[in-house]
Amino acid sequence: MLSDQDRIFTNLYGLHSPGLDEARKRGAWDGTKFLLEMGRDWIIDEMKASGLRGRGGAGFPTGLKWSFMPKKSDGRPHYLVVNADESEPGTCKDREIMRHDPHLLIEGCMLASFSMAAHACYIYIRGEYVAEKHALQKAVDEAYAARLVGKDNVHGYPFDIYVHHGAGAYICGEETALLESLEGKKGMPRLKPPFPANMGLYGCPTTVNNVESIAVAGTILRRGGAWFAGLGGKNNTGTKLFCVSGHVNKPCNVEEELGITFRELIDKHCGGMRGGWDNLLCSIPGGSSVPLVPAEQIIDAKMDFDTLRGLGSGLGTAAVIVLDRSTDIVSAIARIAYFYKHESCGQCTPCREGTGWMWRVMLRMAEGRAQRREIDMLLDVTKQIEGHTICALGDAAAWPIQGLIRHFRPEIEKRIDRYSANPHSDPVRIAAE
Amino acid sequence: MTKLIVDGTEVDVPAEYTLLQACEVAGAEIPRFCFHERLSIAGNCRMCLVELKGAPKPVASCAYAVKDCRPGPNGEPPEILTRSGTTKKAREGVMEFLLINHPLDCPICDQGGHCDLQDQAMAYGVDSTRYGENKRAVEEKYIGPLVRTAMNRCIHCTRCVRFLAEVAGVPDLGAIGRGEDMEITSYLESAMGSELQGNVADLCPVGALVHKPQSYEVRPWELSKTESIDVMDAVGCAIRVDARGREVMQIEPRVNEDINEEWISDKTRHAVDGLRAQRLDRPYLRENGRLRPASWGEAFAAIAAKTKSADPKRVGAIVGDLAAVEEIYALKTLMGSLGVTNLDCRQAGEAIDPAWGRAAYAFNPTIPGIEDADAILLVGTNPRLEASLLNVRIRKRWRMAPLAVGLIGEAVDLTYPHTYLGAGPETLADIAAGRHSFSEVLKGASRPLVIVGTGALSRPDGAAILAAAAKLAKDVGAVTSEWNGFAVLQTAAARVGALDLGFVPGEGGLDFAAMAEPGALDVLFNLGADEVEIGAGAFVIYQGTHGDRGATRADVILPGAAYTEKNATFVNLEGRVQTTNRAGFPPGDAREDWAILRALSDVLGKRLAFDSLGALRRALYAEYPHFAALDAVAPVDVAATVETLAGLGGEANRSSFASAVPDFYLTNAIARASRVLAECSSLARTRGLEAAE
Repeated sequence: MLSDQDRIFTNLYGLHSPGLDEARKRGAWDGTKFLLEMGRDWIIDEMKASGLRGRGGAGFPTGLKWSFMPKKSDGRPHYLVVNADESEPGTCKDREIMRHDPHLLIEGCMLASFSMAAHACYIYIRGEYVAEKHALQKAVDEAYAARLVGKDNVHGYPFDIYVHHGAGAYICGEETALLESLEGKKGMPRLKPPFPANMGLYGCPTTVNNVESIAVAGTILRRGGAWFAGLGGKNNTGTKLFCVSGHVNKPCNVEEELGITFRELIDKHCGGMRGGWDNLLCSIPGGSSVPLVPAEQIIDAKMDFDTLRGLGSGLGTAAVIVLDRSTDIVSAIARIAYFYKHESCGQCTPCREGTGWMWRVMLRMAEGRAQRREIDMLLDVTKQIEGHTICALGDAAAWPIQGLIRHFRPEIEKRIDRYSANPHSDPVRIAAE
Repeated sequence: MTKLIVDGTEVDVPAEYTLLQACEVAGAEIPRFCFHERLSIAGNCRMCLVELKGAPKPVASCAYAVKDCRPGPNGEPPEILTRSGTTKKAREGVMEFLLINHPLDCPICDQGGHCDLQDQAMAYGVDSTRYGENKRAVEEKYIGPLVRTAMNRCIHCTRCVRFLAEVAGVPDLGAIGRGEDMEITSYLESAMGSELQGNVADLCPVGALVHKPQSYEVRPWELSKTESIDVMDAVGCAIRVDARGREVMQIEPRVNEDINEEWISDKTRHAVDGLRAQRLDRPYLRENGRLRPASWGEAFAAIAAKTKSADPKRVGAIVGDLAAVEEIYALKTLMGSLGVTNLDCRQAGEAIDPAWGRAAYAFNPTIPGIEDADAILLVGTNPRLEASLLNVRIRKRWRMAPLAVGLIGEAVDLTYPHTYLGAGPETLADIAAGRHSFSEVLKGASRPLVIVGTGALSRPDGAAILAAAAKLAKDVGAVTSEWNGFAVLQTAAARVGALDLGFVPGEGGLDFAAMAEPGALDVLFNLGADEVEIGAGAFVIYQGTHGDRGATRADVILPGAAYTEKNATFVNLEGRVQTTNRAGFPPGDAREDWAILRALSDVLGKRLAFDSLGALRRALYAEYPHFAALDAVAPVDVAATVETLAGLGGEANRSSFASAVPDFYLTNAIARASRVLAECSSLARTRGLEAAE
């Protein structure tokens, strides 16, 4: 369990003021100038040494990502874009950072931008996060007023930071769709390559990072990459904000070491499982887009990238959704399928057509109004979407259903059998809208 | 060059190629819907997925560059598999997704028979459906009088959106909604505001956008297809005339990289119904003030009676906008043998003298040459309406790299940003004298281009304007040994050919306007000139195709053949010689125009020395050898002509320039007979009024 002195987000619960003075007392903006003076390469090396993996879901090593930016500018400006479009169902960690520890984020933006020779940083906030936008904007204004950032700041590195408010589309959390949206276009993902590090915002080299990845940078650099690497396990280092929701006694956000077991996470921080451990049905450990993991596999599993991948799931954003035995698991996944159908941008064929198909089949399966052979057909449809789309939303839509079929096929079959055993009149057909 | 292995075949392709191009080089067929060579890459249909060895998932070959492929672990060239199981599965999956919400109403779909989805479903589809849900229903949209929508069939490839935004330069179509609710629409369901909108129906890979005027009328397999040339403007677009029996059903574009790439304007495409309406199908003779049907013999006899008794000085001949080189040549020869010097083809009264050289009336840089220009000055022209496809080329040039375009004349939307410099000759004079900032732009350009519209030349001071423009071109270095930056933008298909033949007043001859004056002539031979008021007095022989203005004033009408009904030579505005091919026969007693003149010459006792089209062309080529070089632009000495023109001098008046094409849709007799174009014209007028408000 993470000791208090190793916590990065010391005001996660908003017990203290998020203002600049208090944040400084908690350590933010401490020695930032000194860190900048250590130079670009030192920052990137420290980040690499810390083993920090991106906190937005994919888990790509952050230091490595920063090192992809061109070392010398070819005349185009460089940009840092912070992805605060936190829309994954179950995830609410960035929200708390922006509410209560915004200065860690702003300081991280400065350090990251410096290491990539970016003089401008855009923070793209989810449309629904209105209060967070105000909180963050307030903190940015404070930083400007204190000349911590700005054209002429105390750190001697011209740096501007802009907070941009999205319009509430899940797809704008995809990094290239986010860039399109930021440019004022329709939020539709771009084709890759070219990758943003080469052709990003306004065609310039850009790095897009999650809020948490950026917000931890200041503390990592202050305490050293080795400190961060000493927490957690090999290749899964450091601390992570877990957002536990669902059927636990006290759902919460908590900063913990990567590699804490599921059982410990729930028992220590969430007041235990609702109705005891025998009541656990399964968990979706990384936000709605990762496949669920049944109780017996998850219960003592280490919560880190590699262990969960080994279980056929993923850590994702570490939004742990806990489901107990009262859950109608087929309906739950059908609801998730609806979410992806609703949020598909419509650009590429498999996702546009496939998400609606999957949802409709799932809806029938939740009732049992289906054929047993349709389970395999549905699985085949998810495979036809997965990996064939422009962005990862197709994969995200396919995985929950794959997880359901992998672990709960008997449940679906039971429903189908129960439904077909009882005579039903066919529902009235209505035209699709 | 980069080595690549496609299905076991090694190919060596440029690094900037896409995988799709590389696969085509290797001979592998890649299915596609959204990809189109002349539009930006969307990569959204996912039909072109191929397996790239080493990549975690199949890649969209239309969007993936060869240079982005990584070599194998031991440096082997990247390997692409277009026939592997992964590729096959990916394609079948995408095809299934495209079809689940597609209505499969092929039997009643106009696209049936030339539908990409149909064809590719045959190759990559499976035989039965697994989709048991209700299909999506999408409301039809009104997007104009030329394109019918059936949005249930849409596969969201966005080719139409990209065409309008990129090539046509209007933002009239877009996609609204998200996911499976995404719809292509003009949002307010107003008509598209482009003169190229018909092309979106050609581009549509399915039957979502089809040509409205032809809808439910034709099936592709019942048409005979004839490759030909368009005459609706002077650009000379390559077209394919599709006829059923003797009736022309539709006109489609053909690829000609030098002229129209693969687009055509709506006038070119939809003048088709004008070929059926108002046709002159037998000779007419005016008796007691009324036209009555007559036989060829009667008509010729009446002409002979008038002509033989007339003084050659009181006889004249004029040529309209749609006449082909053959009949102009025949008419000129016939008039020559009668001793007539009152000849003119410059219907709008353009101040152009062929004696100055061809460079004085042709588009000297040629259409592909526009892509080399780095600054353009438009004088008294609106290329968007006068030569739509040429305007597309200017827009293409602007999209390639920044381009300074200045416009003197009517303030219009050219579809690309330009600097509006002024309305009349004074601005031109300012630029020529270096008093205007744009003269610096022209001087600074290495390949400046000055384009003069016929609207600027068809005025009393036309020669002075041509001289001023030529002088400007000379002064800014637009004419050098490797660059011809002086261009005249003709608007009539017949004009360059007629000027090449020297169909202008001879010694002491009257010009067009003088011949049209009341009482100027006793006999006037009118070869298809419909845009002119001929004054009282003269006995007018009208040879043409439509009962239009020219026929109304005629005393004798000789029914000729339209451009789809004869093998004829036309010279486009660049001076490129092209021929039309006969797709059907002229209606009724109508005949090919040269043959009418040949028969008439017999009656007049001045028999022309050719009995067949071949013999006519041999005589023509002997006299004017450059007509023999088809599809080529004969090189001319632009520098000398510009020098001559610059020396003309003259004083321009102060009135503003007006475009030679006030109504794009109704420029000639065929277009005026078309109901479809009449609707387009009225819509365009309404839009103009709305815009003015």
